[in-house]
Amino acid sequence: MLKINKAKWAELFAALSAQGTLYLPAEVDGKVDFTVWQDGTEVNLQATQTAKSIKNVFFPQIENLLDFKTDGLKLSVEQRMLPEEDTIAFGVRGCDVCSFEVLDKVFLKEPVDAFYKARREHCTIVSLACSAPDETCFCDTFAIDATNPGGDVTTWLVGDDLFWQANTDKGKELTEKIQALLAEGDEAGVNAQQKATKEIMAKLPLADFKIDPKIPAEQEKVFNSAIWKQLSDSCLSCCACTYVCPTCHCYDVRDFEIDNKVERFRCWDSCMCKDFTKMAAVNPRVSRLERFRQRYMHKLVYFPENNEGTFACVGCGRCLQKCPVSLNIVKVAKALGVAKDV
Amino acid sequence: MQKIAELIKKEAESLLKENKVTAVWAWQPGEFYYDNSPVCFTAPEQLDKLVYNEFCPSNLGKYLMAGSKKNETMAVFAKPCDTYGINQLIKDHRIKRELITVIGIPCSGMIDIKKIKNQGVKGIISVSVSGDDVIVTTAYGDKNFKKSEVLLAKCMSCKGSDYMIADKELGEKMEVKCQKLNPEDGVKKLEAMTSQERFAFWQQELSKCIRCNACRDICPACSCEQCIFDNQEAAVAGKASANTAEEQMFHIIRAYHVAGRCVGCGECARVCPQGIQLGLLNTKFAKDINEFYGKYQPGADDDSKAPLVDYKFDDVEPTISAKGVR
Repeated sequence: MLKINKAKWAELFAALSAQGTLYLPAEVDGKVDFTVWQDGTEVNLQATQTAKSIKNVFFPQIENLLDFKTDGLKLSVEQRMLPEEDTIAFGVRGCDVCSFEVLDKVFLKEPVDAFYKARREHCTIVSLACSAPDETCFCDTFAIDATNPGGDVTTWLVGDDLFWQANTDKGKELTEKIQALLAEGDEAGVNAQQKATKEIMAKLPLADFKIDPKIPAEQEKVFNSAIWKQLSDSCLSCCACTYVCPTCHCYDVRDFEIDNKVERFRCWDSCMCKDFTKMAAVNPRVSRLERFRQRYMHKLVYFPENNEGTFACVGCGRCLQKCPVSLNIVKVAKALGVAKDV
Repeated sequence: MQKIAELIKKEAESLLKENKVTAVWAWQPGEFYYDNSPVCFTAPEQLDKLVYNEFCPSNLGKYLMAGSKKNETMAVFAKPCDTYGINQLIKDHRIKRELITVIGIPCSGMIDIKKIKNQGVKGIISVSVSGDDVIVTTAYGDKNFKKSEVLLAKCMSCKGSDYMIADKELGEKMEVKCQKLNPEDGVKKLEAMTSQERFAFWQQELSKCIRCNACRDICPACSCEQCIFDNQEAAVAGKASANTAEEQMFHIIRAYHVAGRCVGCGECARVCPQGIQLGLLNTKFAKDINEFYGKYQPGADDDSKAPLVDYKFDDVEPTISAKGVR
């Protein structure tokens, strides 16, 4: 295993940044979020969770797809170039690393989303193991190992040393480029940290929270459950949960008119919104109950049903932190009785 | 607060048992001590889940809109600050007064879990509050706080312990004990800036917006049945932050629309997942209205004419005020 001391991190970030646009967790406007590194960025590798997930590196909140231009009676269509920029996503926690696998199942399936694919292929993921899990964390529910988060490179922050291990060819390639900065490290510190982190996780309130893998098969029962009414009555129908969620991936395609040009863009959307999937007439889910139910049915029932049992949740806990009225997937799963407190 | 929780439970039980209302709005506990959710109880046997403690910041008034439309009789438990929003919803014809029973409940201030977590507290297992002492038990050890130092910003500018509307009051009134904040202080700082500095400030602040609409959806003054920002036909409908101008449009239009009706409950800023200082915008409007038309507190009653919809002969002339003459 390799390592790099804190004293050399500035050099490390500069060297990584030379390989591609470097996204990492940093203090931005009083909170920790993924941001593009530049000299002076206040990097924060201590925060368990960034405010938002890093999905926007592959799936931006808004992106232009096409331009239509008119010149008199002449109409020209210009397709936006595929994003070819090399990027490095650094300091990604295990839950977020697994969220990319969920997104891949959507965007890399036929028909492949060319924009997503291009960004994904140009990105090297450097994960960061958790050492201080929060009470809102429940990645273990989905068999995600926060202490060994994967990605192209895995890093562990032990004391002032960042331990570094390449996992894939992409990871090895990146490691070679910065080899001069890395020293040989002893695994003992990493192993001790992993053990301590797991002990902490066992003490947290959601340690025993499990979702029954059989629920997708109970689709009808879950769909008709009486709990949806009481839960959805309290939902505000805002999209805070959707927009901070690393696995929510619905989008809308819209046109934006300026002068003699129309920009066709896509933007994040939420099934919680009243105007979501507005078809010829209306959103087919007219009530808040139906919209609320859809989000959780998608995550807990439809998605696993279509994707070999993978739930569309990675237990990052952001919805637990950000919902204005503290509704979240744990509350829903428990109310549905699909949670097994084992 | 525990004593009040018992009073609330008893009151809710009698309201439901005696069929005085069909629904009671209160709070129920979550996974942790600090994440209570609003909930609608419809049967007495559900009430063992009812909770009231320092983590019930939500104003339940807006939830009465849906039931009001269906002519349901509902009871709602309201902290003093919540009663302003309820009055405003009645005035805006979103809640039918005759259908609702408002039960005033005392409050000594709600705790901001973010303030605790921002001090590096992680892995919370439980929270216990006794007087001004807050003990947070975490997987990494206990941490002690003073309640007066970790209150929600909105509680630090508490409007007082009086109810603006209440059919019944439970328990003894309580005071919020802390170093009080005047929301206008923040506005004064902005007013002292040059217009370029102010523009830069708002551009920076509003560019954080992810357009989740939480501020709008929690707001007791934002009660349109169809928001213009949800209207596909309106060119301003935006689900995403298309560009900075669009976010500014959303927030500024919203602030204009609630001007004179914003009760200053501070919920918009509390729920913003991005921590935008939205209250500053509304407080600026309220301050201007007070200065131009005389002191007015939206939600203090349910029938007065708000300054912006009332014409008086000596009203300030917009053309003059635009030039900065008052």
